[in-house]
Amino acid sequence: MKIFIKGIGSISPQNTIQNTLIDADIIQHHTEYLKCIEPVYKNYINPVSLRRMSRIVKMGVTAAQLCLKDANLTNTDAIITATGLGCIEDTENFLNSIIANEEKLLNPTPFIQSTHNTVGSQIAIILKCNNYNATHVHKGSSFESALMDALLLMKENEANNVLLGSSDEMTPNLFKITQRLNLWKKEPINHLKLSECKTKGSIAGEGAAFFALTNEANTSNYAVINALDVFYKPATNDAIDQRISLFLANNQLKTDEIDLVVYGINGDVKSDGIYNHLMESVFNKSTSTYYKHLCGEYHTSTSFAMWLSSIILKNQVVPNIIKLNNQPIKPINNILIYNHYLNKNHSLILLSKC
Amino acid sequence: MSSRVFVTGLGIISSIGCNIKEVMEAIYAKKSGISEITILETNYKGKIPVCEVKKLNKELAELAGVSNLNKYTRTALLGIIAAKQAVAYAGIDNIKELRTGVISATSVGGMDRSENFYQSFYKDQNKGRLRDVVNHDCSDSTEKIADILGISEYITTISTACSSSANAIMLGARLIKNNFLDRVIVGGTDALTRFTLNGFNSLMILDATGCKPFDNKRNGLTIGEGAGFLVIESEKSLKISGKKVLAELTGYGNACDAFHQTASSPEGYGAYLAMKKAIEVSGKHITEIDYINAHGTGTANNDLTEGKAIEKIFNNSIPEVSSTKAYTGHTLAASGGIEAVLSVLAIKEKIIYPNLRFTEQINELSFSPTIELLQNKEVRNVLSNSFGFGGNNTSLVFSKY
Repeated sequence: MKIFIKGIGSISPQNTIQNTLIDADIIQHHTEYLKCIEPVYKNYINPVSLRRMSRIVKMGVTAAQLCLKDANLTNTDAIITATGLGCIEDTENFLNSIIANEEKLLNPTPFIQSTHNTVGSQIAIILKCNNYNATHVHKGSSFESALMDALLLMKENEANNVLLGSSDEMTPNLFKITQRLNLWKKEPINHLKLSECKTKGSIAGEGAAFFALTNEANTSNYAVINALDVFYKPATNDAIDQRISLFLANNQLKTDEIDLVVYGINGDVKSDGIYNHLMESVFNKSTSTYYKHLCGEYHTSTSFAMWLSSIILKNQVVPNIIKLNNQPIKPINNILIYNHYLNKNHSLILLSKC
Repeated sequence: MSSRVFVTGLGIISSIGCNIKEVMEAIYAKKSGISEITILETNYKGKIPVCEVKKLNKELAELAGVSNLNKYTRTALLGIIAAKQAVAYAGIDNIKELRTGVISATSVGGMDRSENFYQSFYKDQNKGRLRDVVNHDCSDSTEKIADILGISEYITTISTACSSSANAIMLGARLIKNNFLDRVIVGGTDALTRFTLNGFNSLMILDATGCKPFDNKRNGLTIGEGAGFLVIESEKSLKISGKKVLAELTGYGNACDAFHQTASSPEGYGAYLAMKKAIEVSGKHITEIDYINAHGTGTANNDLTEGKAIEKIFNNSIPEVSSTKAYTGHTLAASGGIEAVLSVLAIKEKIIYPNLRFTEQINELSFSPTIELLQNKEVRNVLSNSFGFGGNNTSLVFSKY
């Protein structure tokens, strides 16, 4: 069975709500972290629901709405969501009120909305969708885990289409904490040149991206999801090389058939080594690209990479802003997304032209 | 594709015991785990009853066999203890001989320590010990379990509020059925925190005298902590490992109530769909379900709507029903794991658990829960319910093998 991407929706630190990424339109942020360009939510969510929603819920629900509209669907056989840290803003709000009010007379709303499944359940409530609904929360492989669930569900014939997506938000407090944990660069940088950085740390970001998956072939589909592999704490770079070779062999592909690779380069010298190694060895014939200079680093950033790959496969245009080498652009049939989060959670996503 | 999924190992820690033996002793003695708070730091010490594991983190670390206490949240310690028990129960010597995964679940992850971090951070953003916040996210306890057990093949974490571990068990079973894994350690873990205690208290759904599931005068839940894990295996895995089968996981169903973030729909439609689907997948007839281990939190809303959904499915032939939450409290994301362990033990021990603290049938319902401990009872199939915030409802069916 082939599984296609029928529709997509993205809210990110770039202008992505039209499902385009145009070189002339790239936004350079001058803030400590990359914040999403948010639409006017009342165009997508009714005002009564909107009032109670925190930013991540608004972003997630709206990205899901954009996706369903793009896919020309009004409902779905399943809703599967992912988030690394969940609803941080409401979690902080409730923690603040516990301390400020010494555990007395607390407003329950932030607690209610703080659970990791809030985005998935709000989408279900809006769509009145009683079908399969799950939320995956495994740090740097949360989105991949949700994708795995979606692929299984379709292979089991439990769903003909699945609404799959992820959302993660950055807040000033979370930024401060993760800054103290040395995740981010200490010096000011131009994030659009993130790959050229040779210092420790990355740049923080956030985003929500949704996909309508279907088993129905259609000329308007974006891409085919061919394969997914998730692996944990590989011992050496050789082990990663072997895992990639095996992954390609299992999918009857040679390395030179991977026309374009999307790397999870995040500008951190401690973690970019493996990407540079692959670029110069196994995939030296492929077009090399990256994406975290556009959306920043966050747990579910691979959903942005999958959104980006979807539009590249459909439109056969590679924006200059993502290119890392000058390989002549051939017809793009196969895209491989390879990402790892702090060297722990690694993933490979293989997408192909319809 | 393996068509069957077998349970070969069980592990549990809760307020009624730190292993299966202790838990079963409490069950037979009809001893509830409801008590005053003595360990969690909160202004509600002595005011709100909870189901607390009466061990300090230091003592839990000993049970878990870990030394560097700074590295572990209480959530991780509880999870490690139960997961290690499950693996030992299954008698697994070489974990790497088969494709083995860990699918765990938690609601607030390492909040038990990050809320302490936040206490200092709140006053001064440069304060708070980073080691108390670095393990906050939900995957931390899962990875700690996987690392200690030496598992790296496939690891993930589910968080769908109070149905989290039921969904983790369901995902594990599906990964086996799709021949992606041979064997999976599945379940969930949650520690008591000020965050969740105050959360449920702010919703005014904590019973000041302790929960009374399915009672007409029920007045809320009792929050608890703990962990429950199972080892599940494929047919192929079983042939290689030669393990003894404790029960078969025959059915699972996940549905969304899609009604409200916290309240269930009046007729418990999502609960009905989850149970119906799980029974369908199991291939069993409703008359073959001998026991329902209900979600039964003790809140006005849950017990009524779950009861209505049970009536709709079973009509006039409602099987034995009880909520074991009057023993263990509502352990949130861990409850599906703890209750799955108890469901398998019901089959194995030929018993049905009493619904403690019950006196009066709910006016709007046609049935009462089982209140005596039933022994020498042939339990062919158990339906185990887990329902959560956001309407995330999941039911599992465990069958005698």
